Amino acid sequence: MDRKLLGYGALLAFGLAAPFLMYPVLVMKVLCFALFACAFNLLIGYTGLLSFGHACFLGTAGYVAGHSIKVWGFPPELGLITATLAAAGLGWAVGSLAIRRSGIYFAMITLALAQMVYFFFLQTPFTGGEDGLQGVPRGKLLGVIDLTDDYALYYFVLAIFVFAFWLIHRTIHSPFGQILKAIRENEARAISLGYDVAKYKLLAFVLSAGLAGLAGATKTLVFRFATLTDAHWHTSGEVVLMTLVGGMGTVFGPVVGAAIIVTLQNELADKVGSLVTTIMGAIFVLCVLLFRRGIVGEAMALYQRMVGPRP
Amino acid sequence: MKQKLIGVLVGAALAACSTGALAQAKAPAMKLSGEAVKIGVLSDMSGLYSDLGGQGSVIAAQMAVDDFKEQAKPAYKIDVVSADHQNKADVGAAKVREWIDREGVDMVTDVLNSAVALATAKVVAEKKRILLDVGAASTRLTNEDCNPYTVHWMYDTYALANGTGKAIVKQGGDSWFFLTADYAFGHSLEKDTAEVVKANGGKVLGQVRHPLSAADFSSFLLQAQSSKAKIIGLANAGGDTINAIKAAAEFGITKNQSLAGLLVFITDVHSITLNVAQGMLLTEGFYWDFNDQTRAFSKRFFAKAKKEPTMNHAGVYSATLNYLRAIQAAGTDDADAVMAQLKKMKISDPVIQSGQIRADGRLVHDMYLLQVKKPAESKYPWDYYHVKAVIPAAEAFQPLSLSRCPLVKK
Repeated sequence: MDRKLLGYGALLAFGLAAPFLMYPVLVMKVLCFALFACAFNLLIGYTGLLSFGHACFLGTAGYVAGHSIKVWGFPPELGLITATLAAAGLGWAVGSLAIRRSGIYFAMITLALAQMVYFFFLQTPFTGGEDGLQGVPRGKLLGVIDLTDDYALYYFVLAIFVFAFWLIHRTIHSPFGQILKAIRENEARAISLGYDVAKYKLLAFVLSAGLAGLAGATKTLVFRFATLTDAHWHTSGEVVLMTLVGGMGTVFGPVVGAAIIVTLQNELADKVGSLVTTIMGAIFVLCVLLFRRGIVGEAMALYQRMVGPRP
Repeated sequence: MKQKLIGVLVGAALAACSTGALAQAKAPAMKLSGEAVKIGVLSDMSGLYSDLGGQGSVIAAQMAVDDFKEQAKPAYKIDVVSADHQNKADVGAAKVREWIDREGVDMVTDVLNSAVALATAKVVAEKKRILLDVGAASTRLTNEDCNPYTVHWMYDTYALANGTGKAIVKQGGDSWFFLTADYAFGHSLEKDTAEVVKANGGKVLGQVRHPLSAADFSSFLLQAQSSKAKIIGLANAGGDTINAIKAAAEFGITKNQSLAGLLVFITDVHSITLNVAQGMLLTEGFYWDFNDQTRAFSKRFFAKAKKEPTMNHAGVYSATLNYLRAIQAAGTDDADAVMAQLKKMKISDPVIQSGQIRADGRLVHDMYLLQVKKPAESKYPWDYYHVKAVIPAAEAFQPLSLSRCPLVKK
């Protein structure tokens, strides 16, 4: 237990020091996608639901945050909350339809609904179509802290991430999380034990959508725009890739996966140019063929093999 | 022998000192932000636009740097860096931010894809650096989203719609039917063109909207055919345009009706072949086979890139060359001073032979109305177009009086 606390402490210290070691905007992007992947992992890793339309929550929240801050003049914190609620609401609508089916049909329904959302954003005037919603001001946090400074914004983003991560961690280790895992392992048995499985699934879906929305809204604040890329199905695919590479069903897997994928996308862009997508594909293939538990999953398995099973 | 050697050494040392002193004497005239002038080429290196931008743009920028070095012999270093924005605004904007914060990039160019361009324009305005955008199509860059540090170099949807629309009506193509991609870009292209057609005495018989990335154009094209319009305007881009043109050729529509491509690049014509594209009218800001100057430039480009330059490649060359001329003339790479110089000077190079940058950041220059040749008329590789008309700079672009840019004083 102490060791675990020590580990978290070290990670937090690293998070606090990160903007001085690396380029802060890149770290913020990593944090946004890490949160997105963690939210996604809550569904696939702990509830066993593969949503193939999670980008629509990221995108919706991005647009809502952008529009409410830019046009309605909301302060940033209120914009984030509005956007998160909007994404959770959309999650409730999508979830209540999708959870009636499972497996591949569930994935297809989420994909179809996400595509509808995508085309809605493509057509509505307020999103600016494929030009995107541009020039969102970062504003002042609580009217005091000027977020145009990259470092100030970084610590705000870090605080959001730590809060959301704690929430996910808490959820997973709560009785509610145990029931989700039970549903993942054996849905019929969970039903026979008297749990209203549909309700649990829906709640998990809404929670995941809301947190994905928080990630999208934060991302809008960091980059000062929201575009169709966020709502595109490529992004839904990317988050699957991040989660798989990092380790599905592990707490830290999605964070590691997001860090690797985002950094690769960023750093390789000017070095290998057109090979970026090929390299991503190769990583995905390698991951599926060689280490199915993902980086964190394999590392944990290796650790356990070395020190023996946990007492 | 020894003495001679010493003499030579001393001489060499003196020479080195004097050239050093010369360089130093010259140096204070240039005030640079970093050790070198850095130019960032941000383009699509891997996706659907990589053919019209991509590595070709990097080659074009490097050519401009080499030409400038030969002409002006600058004492400072000029570096070209490049990155792939993957058509994602966040990747592109983050890259530009990083370039400016960490690598000291002074000017960003190419940036095709309107979303990436608009995001980049915001970043350069915030950081006070320069964006000479070549590849984006959106008129928003010089209207509601204009800023003092952005120049739109080559073309925009207004210029394309206006050039093609007006010229075709004048040549007798007075009834139009639009095939429009059903999103903001398609709608604005259709609206701009329809206005031009009506203003010049033509009429619009109807339009059909197709979804983005449509696979099957047959029903849309049959509607266009039954409208009996003389001209079918293609208010779409990229893969949609290519598919529409191919389908139109298969249906034999092009025998009785003409297609007007509102956003077509020479590489599109190259990939769909003359046989399919023949007769199509389109507007571009550059054609490699226009005159001796463009041919000479294109020949050098071809030697490096193994293809003729698109208007995008040519525009990157022009933008980079004129940027370097402007810092040389201004004696600094300070963005405000360089922008003032750019807006003051006349833009003249092998690509844009006469141009002027307006207050809204629009570079106005001649555009060309082109018609795709029949296969029999094409005499040599890449001999694709008849130049039907030169649209003078004053008429080619949106008039300044209509600009919604706050920088324009009215």
